[in-house]
Amino acid sequence: MKKGQKLTRRQALKWMGLSAAGAALAACATPPATAPVAPAESKPADQPKPSGGKLEIFSWWTNGGEADGLNAMFEVFRAKNPGVDIVNATVAGGAGTNAKAVLQTRLAGGQPPDSWQVHAGRETLSYVNAGQLEPLTEFFTEQGFDKVMPQFLLDQLKINGEIWTVPVNIHRSNVLWYNPKVLEQAGIEPKFPTLDSLWAALEKLKAAGNVTPIAVGGKDKFEASHTFESILLATFGVEDYVKLWDGTDTMWNDPRAAEALGNLKKLFSYANSDRSALGWADAMTQVLEGKAAMTIMGDWAHGLGISKGLKVNVDYGWTPAPGSDAFMWLSDSFGLAKGAPNPAQAKAWLEVCGSREGQDAFNPKKGSIPARTDPDLTKYDDYLKAAIADFSSKPLVPSAAHGAGTTNAYQAKFHNTLEVFSSDLDEKAALDSLKEAAADNNK
Amino acid sequence: MARALLYCVMIALAFAFVLPVYLLVITSLKDFSEVSLNRMWDLPTRFSLESFNRAWNGGQGTTGMRGSFLNSIIVVIPATVISCLLGSMNGYVLSKWKFRGSETLFTLLLFGMFIPYQSILVPLVAVLSSVGLYGTLPGLMLTHIVYGIPITTLIFRNYYASVPQELVEAGQIDGAGFFRIYREIMLPLSAPGFVVVAIWQFTSIWNEFLFGLIITNDPRLRPVTVALQNMSGSQFTQWNVQMAGALIVALPTLVVYIFLGRYFLRGLLAGSLKG
Amino acid sequence: MTIARATTARREHVHRRATSRDRLIAFLMLLPSLAAIAIFVYGFIAYTGYISLTNYTTSRPDLTFVGFDNYAQLFNQRRFQENVRNLIVFTAFFLVTCLLFGLFLALLVDSRVKGESIFRSIYLFPMAVSFIVTGVAWRWLFTPGDLEPTGLNLLFERMGLDILKARWIADARVWPNIEVPGLKVRLWVPLAMIPVVAAAVWQMSGFCMAMYLAGLRGIPEEIKEAARVDGCSELQVLRHITLPLLRPITLSAIIVLTHISLKTFDLIMTMTGGGPGNKTEVPSLYMYELRFSQFNTAGAAAVATILLLMVSVLIVPYLLYNRRAQSVER
Repeated sequence: MKKGQKLTRRQALKWMGLSAAGAALAACATPPATAPVAPAESKPADQPKPSGGKLEIFSWWTNGGEADGLNAMFEVFRAKNPGVDIVNATVAGGAGTNAKAVLQTRLAGGQPPDSWQVHAGRETLSYVNAGQLEPLTEFFTEQGFDKVMPQFLLDQLKINGEIWTVPVNIHRSNVLWYNPKVLEQAGIEPKFPTLDSLWAALEKLKAAGNVTPIAVGGKDKFEASHTFESILLATFGVEDYVKLWDGTDTMWNDPRAAEALGNLKKLFSYANSDRSALGWADAMTQVLEGKAAMTIMGDWAHGLGISKGLKVNVDYGWTPAPGSDAFMWLSDSFGLAKGAPNPAQAKAWLEVCGSREGQDAFNPKKGSIPARTDPDLTKYDDYLKAAIADFSSKPLVPSAAHGAGTTNAYQAKFHNTLEVFSSDLDEKAALDSLKEAAADNNK
Repeated sequence: MARALLYCVMIALAFAFVLPVYLLVITSLKDFSEVSLNRMWDLPTRFSLESFNRAWNGGQGTTGMRGSFLNSIIVVIPATVISCLLGSMNGYVLSKWKFRGSETLFTLLLFGMFIPYQSILVPLVAVLSSVGLYGTLPGLMLTHIVYGIPITTLIFRNYYASVPQELVEAGQIDGAGFFRIYREIMLPLSAPGFVVVAIWQFTSIWNEFLFGLIITNDPRLRPVTVALQNMSGSQFTQWNVQMAGALIVALPTLVVYIFLGRYFLRGLLAGSLKG
Repeated sequence: MTIARATTARREHVHRRATSRDRLIAFLMLLPSLAAIAIFVYGFIAYTGYISLTNYTTSRPDLTFVGFDNYAQLFNQRRFQENVRNLIVFTAFFLVTCLLFGLFLALLVDSRVKGESIFRSIYLFPMAVSFIVTGVAWRWLFTPGDLEPTGLNLLFERMGLDILKARWIADARVWPNIEVPGLKVRLWVPLAMIPVVAAAVWQMSGFCMAMYLAGLRGIPEEIKEAARVDGCSELQVLRHITLPLLRPITLSAIIVLTHISLKTFDLIMTMTGGGPGNKTEVPSLYMYELRFSQFNTAGAAAVATILLLMVSVLIVPYLLYNRRAQSVER
């Protein structure tokens, strides 16, 4: 403990020295650069800028577009805060559990990173409860983020009356991806406004018998619960769906809960029988290759399509998951660690995370849309443009499988319950364990 | 006739043993667009080492493993050497200098082999950070050495058990002390034991993932297994690159087995794991 | 007789002469290892045991003593009961198959074949490869496919061996599915565990082979020859001469394999993730989820403690046997 304090003091002194020198240099040497086109937000002029020092960012973006996007955000950060040494602590694998393992161990061992990735919304609750995050409500006002992010999102971010993390992106969870050729051959129009329209299509495909009507995974643990949340939305409707995640079992005692499980069971009867062995990407690949007609997955599946060299709306198509055209969102965000070793740098990082420039650098590469309402549309592809339009026009509901509406503890049980259900199809057992787990959404 | 059958069985088994690796190899040579479960047995349509290039040097969002390879070497070699020395010393004491309670101590040491590592990560980080070794390669090295003590001690103790006590006594009669007996009698006989322990420790430390993951937080210090995992995306994994990386990671241990396999067997033959 | 007595006498003499300084040095040399193990193994076990008795079940540290509540909860859970069943099945199948198959390989390689060293290397090399590396290949091999077969099933189909097709790691059945009053799980063998065992055996049977090979080479040919002269068949030689002499090796192999089996994590994580429906999940996986996804630190600690107790039940008899054997030897 003592040692840690000493270190921070030393670092603080060093930082003060460096920033003073930096300020002096800036004052006498740098000509006033042409200010970049000021975004809508207003920045307080007296914000101290760290130059030098360290910044450790913890995330699970290790590879592909997400790593590129993160690096693009780092570039934006570096341009604004020259001389800061960024430690990009990324951990992949194990469907996110490895990252959580590292983070939890470090937090428990008193070695927090300055800022870490967490799904925005209820997933931050456990960190808040454990006193591991600093509140950011004031920071949001200072930065003007509260004026450029949708009100509903700000409401969802609030826990115990405060905002705790800065969202950098939005993903859509309830998307049905399909193979246009397969559906055309079967004479199915790719629009499923109700569950019944889905059943009719699946029945047709099953009768034809040459492809898997709907591909579902299970190996990554979240595929069954991911499919289930869309079914829940279709069965409960927007308003009551949201109530499912309030930390009580009220809605789970509603007869529609059992009905939703029945619907999922019905869906599974049209799905591949080797679900537990496939990852969601295997399921999506089957759709892309025409071995399966459709799959329900978040819009990161679009990224898989692109990396296989295929074109959206040509080689594969998308439509909202059956039964509801609401936009089920999830969001990656960053918080400020309580006791962060480099708080000034961390705040400067969060500023980039919430800025238009940072989000427009990150999202086109990551394959997601900004959490702000003022993106530079020219940077986004056709699918993402459509998603941006839907995000600002459709009703918005939180994803349960990806932490927008659920805590970590609850998610783990939710995933497991549905994974078990996917193999034993026991509705009563599943419903019981969902009711039992409901209270975990307060942990 | 029986001979022919024998060879058939052995060759069939050899094919079965190589099958998973064959799968790794053909996948690593494919383009990502060709990677799918339904086409897993198909050969790549065109030969390309691009995956290996990306796995090693990085590029297109992938972080190459080049740097991590060096980290692993920096950790594995000293950790293996120190493990061997410690194990040999412990084995020597526990087999040739038995004292009252030494068997109990040995049993207690051995029990350390069975501790499930997933359960002790938090106190491990706390202990390592209290001595300033958290997040460092020496910290990782220390962890591997400590958790290697049980098995290295076991191997050496059983190995030295086959060295006649009379040799030690003869040394004592000649007036040799603890260290001289170790240096002049035990060490010259220890080569096979060292080979077995060194190979065992080298492979298990090289392949170890969990400690590497938890103890090194700076990506510049990551061992190669963690770097390999980090080539998988949070959403999907480019299996061709991952498999190429996997083959690169497996290379050093494979080399060790292919070239030292004979000595490994000889070490086992010399009795190090009997008893 | 006289020689033996003389040797004993000399030994006594030397022992008396052995300076107490050397004995002290010996103990001191052991001390660093003892200290390290005391902290890193027993200290941590004590810590884990302590946490398992507290109410530290959320992200907020709460060290209120709750007795054995966490244990009671675990044993009451179907999931944990499944974990224990799976681990027992995995360990039993893995141990037996690995030993038998390793012995079989050793006998094959030992039968003076040409290219012996090549075969030996091929059978031994999987030991050098990490499961993080091969787990995925094994998952692909054992993914059955649905409308169209994949993996091994596809290979079998192409070879005309349709009879060998199975549902592998997607098979959620338990055989023979015995119901036991008071238990929430059915016993005994989750069929999806068999492919997992196969992968584990693939990796470790080479090691058993190497050990048995060493043992076989250590048996003097004259003993076997004498038996053959006495009219024993090869099988009888194996049964009455070779196998009994290999017993110490089997015991060593058991301890090494058991510790690998009880700690199995990477393989199952990469190959099945514990699925289908927890049918291949073992306590180490569940512990990881409890601690790092559910943030139930005390629950995870309880699982760890139970695992250690299970280890003790298996290992302590071996250690005691070993000690007795050692003292008899002396």
